Amino acid sequence: MRAVPRVSRTLADDQPAAARSSWDGGPILEVRDLTVEYILENDVVLAVEKVSFDLAPGEFLAIVGESGCGKSTLLFGIAQLLFPPAEIVAGSVNFKGRNLVGLTDSHLTAIRWRDLSVVMQSAMNALNPVKSIGAQFKDAMRAHGVTSEHEIAARSAQVLQMVGIDPIHLKSYPHQLSGGMRQRSMIAMALLFTPDLVIMDEPTSALDVVAQRSLMVQIKELQRDIGFAVIFVTHDMSLVSHFSDRLMVMYAGQVSEVGATQQLFDTPLHPYTAGLMEAFPSIRGPKVALSGIPGNPPNLASPPPGCRFAPRCPKVFDRCRTEPPELYQVDGTLVRCLLFEGGAAPGLPGRDTAGSAA
Amino acid sequence: MTEPWAPPEQVLADGTEPLLRTEKLTRHFKIGSALSQKTLHAVDEVDLSVGSRQIVALAGESGSGKSTIARLLAKIYKPTSGEVYFEGRPISSFRSRKDRLWYSGLAPMVFQDPFASINPVFRVSHGMLRSLKLHRPELSKQDQLAEAERVFDVVGLTPPADVLLRYPHELSGGQRQRVGFAQALAMRPKLILADEPVSMLDVSIRIGLLNLMVKLRDEEGVSILYITHDLASARYVADRLIVMYAAQIAEAGPIEEVMSSPRHPYTQLLLSAAPDPRAPLGVGAETDRGEPPKVIDPTPGCRFRWRCPLAMETCHTVTPVLKPIGVGRDVACHVAQSGAEVKAF
Amino acid sequence: MATIEAPGGPGAPGQVGGPALVPVGGLPAPRGGISGARSLRRMARAITANRKATVGMMLLVVFCFVALFPGLLAHDSPTAEIYGRSLGPSAQHLLGTTAFEQDIFAQVIYGARPVLLIAFGVGIGATFIAMLIGVAAAYLGGVWDGVLNLVTDVLLVIPAFPLLIVIGSYLHGATTGVMIAVITFVSWSYTARQLRSQALSLRRREFLEAARVRGERSLYIILVEIIPTMTSLLVASFLTNALYAVLFSSSLQFIGLGDPSTVSWGTMLYWAENAEAFQSGQVLWIVVPGLCIVALGAAFALLNYAFDEIGNPALRPMRRRRASGATRVTNAG
Repeated sequence: MRAVPRVSRTLADDQPAAARSSWDGGPILEVRDLTVEYILENDVVLAVEKVSFDLAPGEFLAIVGESGCGKSTLLFGIAQLLFPPAEIVAGSVNFKGRNLVGLTDSHLTAIRWRDLSVVMQSAMNALNPVKSIGAQFKDAMRAHGVTSEHEIAARSAQVLQMVGIDPIHLKSYPHQLSGGMRQRSMIAMALLFTPDLVIMDEPTSALDVVAQRSLMVQIKELQRDIGFAVIFVTHDMSLVSHFSDRLMVMYAGQVSEVGATQQLFDTPLHPYTAGLMEAFPSIRGPKVALSGIPGNPPNLASPPPGCRFAPRCPKVFDRCRTEPPELYQVDGTLVRCLLFEGGAAPGLPGRDTAGSAA
Repeated sequence: MTEPWAPPEQVLADGTEPLLRTEKLTRHFKIGSALSQKTLHAVDEVDLSVGSRQIVALAGESGSGKSTIARLLAKIYKPTSGEVYFEGRPISSFRSRKDRLWYSGLAPMVFQDPFASINPVFRVSHGMLRSLKLHRPELSKQDQLAEAERVFDVVGLTPPADVLLRYPHELSGGQRQRVGFAQALAMRPKLILADEPVSMLDVSIRIGLLNLMVKLRDEEGVSILYITHDLASARYVADRLIVMYAAQIAEAGPIEEVMSSPRHPYTQLLLSAAPDPRAPLGVGAETDRGEPPKVIDPTPGCRFRWRCPLAMETCHTVTPVLKPIGVGRDVACHVAQSGAEVKAF
Repeated sequence: MATIEAPGGPGAPGQVGGPALVPVGGLPAPRGGISGARSLRRMARAITANRKATVGMMLLVVFCFVALFPGLLAHDSPTAEIYGRSLGPSAQHLLGTTAFEQDIFAQVIYGARPVLLIAFGVGIGATFIAMLIGVAAAYLGGVWDGVLNLVTDVLLVIPAFPLLIVIGSYLHGATTGVMIAVITFVSWSYTARQLRSQALSLRRREFLEAARVRGERSLYIILVEIIPTMTSLLVASFLTNALYAVLFSSSLQFIGLGDPSTVSWGTMLYWAENAEAFQSGQVLWIVVPGLCIVALGAAFALLNYAFDEIGNPALRPMRRRRASGATRVTNAG
């Protein structure tokens, strides 16, 4: 990486603080073969298919993909927030050793907010517009058994300060705050009980560029200080490029590639990932003509046999159309592409591959 | 203050009038109750121009006024003061139905939301044929259909006869936006007002639309006013860049120049904040937690002064005016206009 | 008075994609809402699919048939007073006769027509007026909105039934046509309010701005662009108004404000009450017309519920299907 004259550090380099003592090692979240279907009147749509991954304590995992890829459904599936017609039909979500799938509401309530919290996409939709911020914090804390007024007030002020908001705003209503401040209050609310895992669904998409960057920096700092793990869903890869430890790319309900962020950016293996990288016009680099990825994502009610990306893939060959690829391990990255079958890296994108072209 | 102030780059070097130019374009909204009336300044004294066969990017964050400008240019709003000149004629003089129709055919608008900008009840051909009926009545029914198919082809919706018969919900977001461009193109426009046409589309689809815009400029000779908050896409398509902040223009100029050596602190902030995975993260602006202000009953002075590390005495008392600082380069900043180097973010 | 006109701006910059259930690939999404041109086909399908709708529709069809071809079903005259007093049900007189020697069955059959005329007349009339006024008020805004709103609200506030009684008694026996006019007059304001709200929510929709920018006239936009998107609401308002028309008109006739010489279910009740039918054991004379009123009302109500469900998928009864191995979508083959 080039040296930059002003102070610069890549925040992803910093080691996360040790996880809280309540969990002693091993991945904090283990998702195995999670499958979610939308059961509609005439169709069954396979929105998420057999997604598996681990999350270490304090790790920042970004899940990226375009609309319809299933990333939000996956997120809600993990948080057990799916409603009919969406249903988890297979798989498990082991959070700190307990499978969340199938837990009753009362068990889930005990975990929610204390150990696992969720930050939604639009604060204006998630915050109650007729209650002050402080009142909503109070509601959340009361709902989880904190009764002492003093404790509630102290903790509310504390979390607001953590996200850089003056505690005087406990009295403010959501519409009185700016967009960035609202999102920060959502994050503050998520941190009331210092959870081990915070799940975020595109929390920055309603913000402008400067506020976005400042919020990401804030999240990273909080993560360093408190030590929670983050699953961050977004459609904007470049946003998380400097903040996430690992990056998971989803396509048509499946994981197409997952690995260390920098590695994915430097050498994307899956043709879809490579295509996505190519689709971002650069601000500073040379100006080149880009072509994007032709075609459209498949209809999830009847996905194509074989690889789901085959109809649009520039590197497609015959087997791709009939044989669905598994996830193959290549140098610490998992990639779902027949080009990398058997774990060999026949060639990085750009070079001729060993597989025969169609 | 004594020198005669010439509006920057309003009249081209050879004296010809640009395709579109605005002169002190202003739009205010009254807000508040009857007891405490306040004025929201959405656009304040904006001078901008667009030439022929040119793509001009109008960039800014939400609330900067860029969308309001689009609507002022499309005659959806009436300006509070100031004027817009199209081919030298003030658009406020277009009152009769004939004139208004003439103008709306030459300067149509493409909207941001592909899911809301087409009537879901009718086939896609409905809007197309209505446009043609209103703006090119000299064509016969057959010719209108042929023209509809032709523009669908130009924007990449193939096979055109097939797509014309579809309903909006059967098309993807990218396809719907192409329909929007096709409708605009059918009117044989000189200038397309594109209000954030790609920001609601997936990233891999955006490039297709951006390439389409370049194609329209090159092959169909159409100018485009591309309104966006994304500087990277602006760089990809545009010839000139105009940066807006808090209802005013902060900086304007040829796009490569502005992006490689920005002279306004706000432009520098935007550029540094834009995520670029190919460059390491600059954490320099960590302290900037600010957001663009809602301009309600503003006081004189530069509206960026609260966030600007270079703010001087004058910045707090005198509102800077857009002035040329180079060929085709304009900036509204006291520090930049004084000749000093601007290195804010 | 200053109005707040929000500067038209984008919603959430960067929000990508549309409704969560519609992948970009173009899954034919089960969209809620019945719209415009293809609405008839969709409605037909929706009706057969939904049980409530099917029942309601069948009832309605039966009544319409009865109203259209009363001669096919009843061989006796409804008004002739020649059949013998207060006879019980028999082969010649399926429901017996009234105290005035009229055939009850014939009366019930012939009595359907005025009721249905009133129902459809008010349904269509009230909906039409409400549509014009409500949508125009919303779209034109400003002074127009203020004036039309004032008129609507004044009528809205006056209690309908007392007003009907006053008008009815002033008119000394309302014939069917008068009944339709009077009830329509009282009913349109409620629907106008609803339609206005709906139209308001559409006003800033970009396709209307696009139509405006394209150069369309306001009247065109109202008639061609806005109203077709509101079909489901219009159908619902037709059904509601028809239902209330049936109930109001029958009630008015029952208390004697209808035209006593027409034969209709409500007037049957009036005469039956006058002749103290219940006390004298002529139960059918009161009960059957009453049941018919209820049945017709139920038909409209059922259709209304059904259209609600069609329009708003969240209200549909949950039919959870277990995805068996056979129906599960797989990658194989």
